[in-house]
Amino acid sequence: MQSILKRTLASSNPLRRCYANPSPRAFSQPPFRVRTIVTKRYTAEHECVAFDDETGIGSISITDHAQSSLGDVVFVELPQVGTEVSQHDQIGAVESVKAASDIYAPVSGKIQKINEALSAQPGLLNKSPENEGWLCKIKLSDPSELENLMDEEKYKASYEH
Amino acid sequence: MVPFAGYSMPLSYGDVGQVASHNHVRTDAGLFDVGHMVQSNFRGATATQFLEWLTPSSLSSLKSYSSTLSVILNEKGGIIDDTIITKHAEDAFYVVTNAGRRERDLAWFEQKLEQWNSSEHAKNGTVEMEVLENWGLLALQGPRAASYLQALTSFDLRTLTFGTSAFIPMEGFNLHVARGGYTGEDGFEISVPPSETVEVAKMLSKYPVQLTGLGARDSLRLEAGMCLYGNDLDEDTSPVEAGLSWVVGKERKDNGEFIGAEGVRNHLKNGPPRRRVGFIVEGAPARQGAKIFSGDQQIGTITSGIPSPTLNKNIAMGYVQSGFHKKGTALEVEVRNRRRQAVVTPMPFVKPNYWRG
Repeated sequence: MQSILKRTLASSNPLRRCYANPSPRAFSQPPFRVRTIVTKRYTAEHECVAFDDETGIGSISITDHAQSSLGDVVFVELPQVGTEVSQHDQIGAVESVKAASDIYAPVSGKIQKINEALSAQPGLLNKSPENEGWLCKIKLSDPSELENLMDEEKYKASYEH
Repeated sequence: MVPFAGYSMPLSYGDVGQVASHNHVRTDAGLFDVGHMVQSNFRGATATQFLEWLTPSSLSSLKSYSSTLSVILNEKGGIIDDTIITKHAEDAFYVVTNAGRRERDLAWFEQKLEQWNSSEHAKNGTVEMEVLENWGLLALQGPRAASYLQALTSFDLRTLTFGTSAFIPMEGFNLHVARGGYTGEDGFEISVPPSETVEVAKMLSKYPVQLTGLGARDSLRLEAGMCLYGNDLDEDTSPVEAGLSWVVGKERKDNGEFIGAEGVRNHLKNGPPRRRVGFIVEGAPARQGAKIFSGDQQIGTITSGIPSPTLNKNIAMGYVQSGFHKKGTALEVEVRNRRRQAVVTPMPFVKPNYWRG
């Protein structure tokens, strides 16, 4: 995402780590189920990756802060499924009436899936940027790259000057 | 808020998105604060001749209280700025120019005034310029603009047709109102003395009028096929290339003496090397700077482009080599290293809705 996204706007996502399945309280877990941890990490360019350590897949999105700075999203360009991407490669773009913002891969890996719903409903990016408005899923080739990214606290601090 | 020509200006107001704001002007009415633009008066016995030297317009044949789009040209015939000139009388003109060109324009005017006033031309009287510092300029635009304004005045606005102006009494104010604007909609541009700007803006921004920011201003003008100086016009572009040959007055085409006449006449006679055209672009919107191709050959550059909120298509304007400018010509533009289809399309993209009586 580009420099137009510098305005200070509150992020609506309070979760840094989401315990997806089931409750993290160990004593209540059925013994046969595996606890997966989804880790969310952010880039300075306002991309977010939600990494599921069980599947090794990261769901890529733009942040709520990014969507509110961009305004009404009217077009989303996504990469081809199967493409191998390196961290920081341009993988697509989000366009509002106001501006185009490039999307860069927050992690390296292979594009597994893209959010087809966005071609008909680009507005999902405004309504639900980090959930229904996800952009693509990447099978991470090097999960250690997540360590170079920011957690939510650092990310927020990066634009709240 | 964004910095713009030395002003801090809103891209949008409150939480009204750019698309909603744009649509509101197309269906209802919006008020734009364009007080950053430069308003000036030119007065003096030879004011008509002076402005006919600075521009290719036919101002002597323009009726009083009528306005015209015009261009201020450099010696080569390149556009220093585009402007709206309103004639009040042969010796009194009201001129609005772009904020982004303030320094260049005012220096040019001052230099040319000095030249004029010390020459033979001024033997019948000199010309003076007064810049209306700190005056407000409000643009009330949209299909409901006229009924809104009519409720504030006894002046019959049906008689104020597109391109004309009048001093209009309004709730105790007496304001210069010009019918026209930069959106393609019916509307008014209202000049306000410094002490009255806030009160008048409040009076003009009640329901159903919405305050409208720079974002919607840009998408509305582009749908209307209008140029933005700095994007679509610059000093290396002649009015003929820009598709503005019509601003050159009929009786001035052959032997009108204005600055830049030689360059303009050359383009009129021999055809310009490139021309401004509109495009509908498939897929991704093409923005300023996108290259235009015919096959492997780059034949032009996009100067403005957006996804059109009214048409739900990507619209753009740009310059192409003459020969590729005809309606329906299939070309390609490059966006993010990929070619997208672009078809030359007549402008305006959205049909204007002016009040012509």
